[in-house]
Amino acid sequence: MNAKELLNEYLHSGHGCCPGCAMPIIMRTAFQALGEKTIAVITAGCFGTISGTFPTSPIKLATYNTPFASTGAAASGVRAALDMKGEASTTVLAVAGDGGTFDIGIQAVSAAAERNDDFIYLCYDNEAYMNTGIQRSSATPWGAWTTTTPPSNLKNQPKKDIVQIMAAHRVPYVATGSIAYPEDFIRKIKKAKEIRGFKFIYVFSPCPVGWRFSSELTIRLARLAVQTKVFPLYEVENGERYILNEEPEEIPVSEYLKPQGRFSFLREGDLERIQENVDREWKRLMNRMENRLT
Amino acid sequence: MKKLMTGNSAVSYGVMLSRAEVISAYPITPQTTIVEELSEICSDGRLNAKFIRVESEHSAMACVAAASATGARVFTATSSHGLAYMHEMLHWASGTRLPVVMVNANRAIGSPWSIWCDQGDSLSQRDTGWLQLYCQSGQEALDTVIQAYRIAEEVLLPVMVLVDGFFLSHTSEPVEIPDQGVVDRFLPPYRPRYKLTPNDPHTFNIMADPSIFISFRHEAQKAMVEAKKVVARVDRAFKSHFGRGYGLMEKVRCADAEVVFLTMGTAASTALEVIEQYRKQGKKVGLCRLRLFRPFPAEELIKLLSGRKKVAVLDRNNSLGAGGIVAQELKAALFGAPRKPKVFEFIAGLGGKDITPETIHEVIEYTLNNANSKGVPIWMGVQE
Repeated sequence: MNAKELLNEYLHSGHGCCPGCAMPIIMRTAFQALGEKTIAVITAGCFGTISGTFPTSPIKLATYNTPFASTGAAASGVRAALDMKGEASTTVLAVAGDGGTFDIGIQAVSAAAERNDDFIYLCYDNEAYMNTGIQRSSATPWGAWTTTTPPSNLKNQPKKDIVQIMAAHRVPYVATGSIAYPEDFIRKIKKAKEIRGFKFIYVFSPCPVGWRFSSELTIRLARLAVQTKVFPLYEVENGERYILNEEPEEIPVSEYLKPQGRFSFLREGDLERIQENVDREWKRLMNRMENRLT
Repeated sequence: MKKLMTGNSAVSYGVMLSRAEVISAYPITPQTTIVEELSEICSDGRLNAKFIRVESEHSAMACVAAASATGARVFTATSSHGLAYMHEMLHWASGTRLPVVMVNANRAIGSPWSIWCDQGDSLSQRDTGWLQLYCQSGQEALDTVIQAYRIAEEVLLPVMVLVDGFFLSHTSEPVEIPDQGVVDRFLPPYRPRYKLTPNDPHTFNIMADPSIFISFRHEAQKAMVEAKKVVARVDRAFKSHFGRGYGLMEKVRCADAEVVFLTMGTAASTALEVIEQYRKQGKKVGLCRLRLFRPFPAEELIKLLSGRKKVAVLDRNNSLGAGGIVAQELKAALFGAPRKPKVFEFIAGLGGKDITPETIHEVIEYTLNNANSKGVPIWMGVQE
């Protein structure tokens, strides 16, 4: 992104995000990378509720809000209408959280991916239903506290691997992104914009309220997630070609877990179990890699 | 040009002639042949439209609503469980004030499973903010689809066109296919007041706080009230272009009728024959086939029914614990009306049970022979 593009602001103040929320950083960056010839399709969830109240909106883009389960289908509809009107050069950006993507919205997302409809689907993952007040989702990691997985009954299932699910659709482009690595994130958004067909951009979205950490640590946690291999930065082209974008340092996962109150109920041995899981997932991912770095 | 075609095929031709630009649908019996025929029509180039083959009805409605917001003329079709599955998005389409046109092939909703006709599916969606027009023939289905676009695009509310499953959707009859040039004159391209475009960015469906939400609903209510006049006006314009019109309701032998038989959909064509038999016996029985259900034409029905002795309402649906939905609406409309008739309520034909001339004969006999209604609906053809 050049300096001129940075001056183009499409997400203004007045949104309702909690202090320290990663999501406005994600959206602001994504909007800047895409530019004004963009239509945003926004689903229910955090971004749907904080992005303005009638008659004002902080988003200076044509925006269509749509109910939870419908993101993939609504974006396909906007795309089809634009194509019929000869506006093929306008980018359609669908935005949903982990609930709207992993859970209630997965049917429509999967269908849009299978049809290879031409839009970018951006999922911001804050690892629980944060908008309704921290209830577990299928993106919540093992061992995490939420209001529906209380200390006596912590999340006992691993996080759903949404990247593999989307890559298995053999769509042209799937990529993970992090606000701690903005150049990488911007490059991926711009790359997605130039590819025709379905693009899935999956962005890690630390949530101070839901994860119980101090709000100045958002970027640091985003970086630690990458460096501890919890959230690898990589791309998958056409469901086959895996590219690693950031070689993590050998930092133990405990460094990432420690600042987060949601992991404060872990019992003896749990930390080791989480580290083992991270290492195993990393190895599986590395087996798929053709290029370790770009 | 006249062509022998099913009700579903007539619908497909109506959509083609209306030059829909984005179509999205999921197949369900008895709507399926609409999806199939429109897929062919779009694939062979008879219609220049994007056909999005979605994975569910919820997505079909989400897809066409978003396409409509982007300025395209859109179409979808469904039935029964599919309509129920759309429920959330039905509210969304009307709340966004989008001129979506949909055909629903009326079919019972399970459980138990049924693929056969009743109108409980669409009537249970009566509060979703859609206009509802119930058809009786293939010709009317084709014509109503074309009319529906003009109505929807004027009042900015979605329109549901109803065809009885199998009785109309799958029954072949000769249908006059209008000339494309005349349809184009009657129905010019859709020019939205607002649409999703980067050239003039607007936000659709933003959060409305408690100070303003009610005003959005009030605007939609005003549009719905206005819609009744628009339906009548568009029908008159249609008649001047094509020589056919249907009105808000079809009235037969009503001028001097003491008893009016009232129903919606294909049961009316069966009733027609029975009414004529009564007339031959000198009994003053008339028929009213309600075509427009939403907005409910209360004033028109009061005008028609005031001063009559009795009205027999045949509902092909039932709201459990309340009764037939047409009868309920009618009774509410007649409350306080001058010289109102006695209302006799009948439930028949649920889940595809045939409404035969004998059924209608029984209904009218009961109405003629009883001074008063028992105040509860009479169920026809039930096994105890």
